[in-house]
Amino acid sequence: MLYREAGQFKTSYVADQAMFPIVQDRWFLAVLLVVAFVVVPFVADEYWLQAVLIPFLVFCMAAIGLNLLIGYAGQLSLGTGAFMAVGAYSTYKLMTGFPDLNIIVVFVIAGFITAAVGLVFGIPSLRIKGFYLAVATLAAQFFLSWMFNKVPWFYNFNPSGTIISPPREVFGIMVTGPEATAEVRYLVALTLVAVFALAAKNIVRSRIGRSWMAIRDMDIAAEIIGFRPMQTKLTVFAVSSFYCGVAGAMLLCLYLGSAETEAFDINVSFQVLFMVIIGGLGSMLGSFLGAAFITLVPILLTNTPHLVGVDMATDTQKHLEVMIFGSLIVYFLIVEPRGFARLWQIAKEKLRIWPFPH
Amino acid sequence: MELLNAVFVAPFADMWEFPAFFVEVVISGLLTGVMYSLVALGFVLIFKASGVFNFSQGVMVLFAALTLVGLMEKGVPIWIALILTMLVMIALAFAVERVMLRPLVNQDPIILFMATIGLTFFLEGFGETLWGSNVKRLDLGIPNDSFEIHGVLLNEFDLFAAAIGAVLVLGLAIFFHKTPVGRALRAVADDHQAAMSVGIPLKTIWIIVWSVAGMVAMVAGIMWGAKSGVQFSLSLIALKALPVLILGGFTSVPGAIIGGLIIGVGEKVAEIYWGPLVGGAIENWFAYVLALAFLLFRPQGLFGEKIIERV
Repeated sequence: MLYREAGQFKTSYVADQAMFPIVQDRWFLAVLLVVAFVVVPFVADEYWLQAVLIPFLVFCMAAIGLNLLIGYAGQLSLGTGAFMAVGAYSTYKLMTGFPDLNIIVVFVIAGFITAAVGLVFGIPSLRIKGFYLAVATLAAQFFLSWMFNKVPWFYNFNPSGTIISPPREVFGIMVTGPEATAEVRYLVALTLVAVFALAAKNIVRSRIGRSWMAIRDMDIAAEIIGFRPMQTKLTVFAVSSFYCGVAGAMLLCLYLGSAETEAFDINVSFQVLFMVIIGGLGSMLGSFLGAAFITLVPILLTNTPHLVGVDMATDTQKHLEVMIFGSLIVYFLIVEPRGFARLWQIAKEKLRIWPFPH
Repeated sequence: MELLNAVFVAPFADMWEFPAFFVEVVISGLLTGVMYSLVALGFVLIFKASGVFNFSQGVMVLFAALTLVGLMEKGVPIWIALILTMLVMIALAFAVERVMLRPLVNQDPIILFMATIGLTFFLEGFGETLWGSNVKRLDLGIPNDSFEIHGVLLNEFDLFAAAIGAVLVLGLAIFFHKTPVGRALRAVADDHQAAMSVGIPLKTIWIIVWSVAGMVAMVAGIMWGAKSGVQFSLSLIALKALPVLILGGFTSVPGAIIGGLIIGVGEKVAEIYWGPLVGGAIENWFAYVLALAFLLFRPQGLFGEKIIERV
């Protein structure tokens, strides 16, 4: 009744190729965007914005990037954390080197720098695939984080080795630095995610996206029907790294404020990978759902014993958290290996005939 | 020019000038390599038999070592503790097969890979909840003295570890080639469906292979634990075993051993002779870059099966 598409005829090619062909989807998205942009900044308090929503948005960006790589092009990568680090460190260098540059421009340039780095580390994908490639991308992870640790130029010879995002404003409003309010940072992050998610959604519908999917489904066959494997694989590494780089820049400037290489270690790579898999490979919606799940569950787990009134030693609690987190992941993989996106699809099919299923 | 000299001339001159030291470095690299091989072996066993890239091998090493030390701290004599740990690892294999692998049969390899990462988190939390997270000493009563042969300093403990590793590999080789179960394992590794059609029970094989991997993890855990204490960082040696794997090939037992030796030696030599040039601590990534450079020429690793693709 609520989600019925009967009677929604497509009378032109434009309508047929629309990104959201169902009216209800368009309405839902519009309402969601209005709520996210207008209502949330007024309703949510500092804690929610800083601890939940901003990291959620940052990881959405990273998850979209990784989903392009794994879900759409089938290239397994464990180097997401390192690419985010490249984004963060190049943002830092650009912000301190060119203080007058608009911060949004800085983010985009940092994305391009990361794309270039991703291109280099994508070269092995031309020869190897699957788990061999995954392990090869770990080379990027370890090499880059070592480099950011060892070469003082990257952190401006700062004795502590941390990078701190300097205060910058856009149109007279403080966006980064300690004085920027959580609301502003949230809105900037939201805008970036909205714009780039839209771009990603369009890329995967385009010729480039179709070539990625062809390579994913069977690269030899794709090569035979005329896709160039080198171009295709390298573009996907570049585009995916671009997204990860912007995510890293957001992590530094909008969320953490200051960071060391530990903020981008291999656990971050795994976290983003979890988001993509639990959310659903090859689905934009999945990236968002996965990011929400993986950022929310630890917060929930940390707060549950407190809410229920159980008192435990902090380290026991931490171990239990890790344990429950691990079992939840296994559980969700068993219940629905194709992720939340698939669950949503099933729900949609149910909704279509609700409330009269027969 | 100076840089070229520092990269291409000075290290070799050093090697030539102090051969005893160089031999020492190589030997210590080889011995570390044996330890890497032990961890990599566990990966290979499981990957061969079930096609699962078992990321939790590293944490299994930690878990086994934690269990052993925990039991010994409770006053259990070492032999009984060893047997109990073995039983725990076998129980773990049963649990993994029943709870995790069986429902995920026939899923994409990446899903299984993710599930093993979930298992990693679980075991990490479980082991540390059970036995606590402080660093524990594991004393096996193996002497840890050094002695000298022709000016080359050797460590008794390392030699002992190498001997254990060799015995383990030999034992596995015999197990794989001479026993009926070993033959069944190899059959499963070759072709799941063909193995099933001649009546090899796949589920049992998986339990066996995970148990064997658990044993290997236990041996590796004892060795590493006795060397550097039983602590969380033990599970990180899994990350060191990965380049060994791609170097040797995911499906080859000899590959894991030779790959381990190459990585062990390469890493030590590079760290000592070239490390200071770039600020040291290159051990973390050198192995990966070495393996990566290698993969560009042989995408299937040293001994991996030739990749044949069909449309």
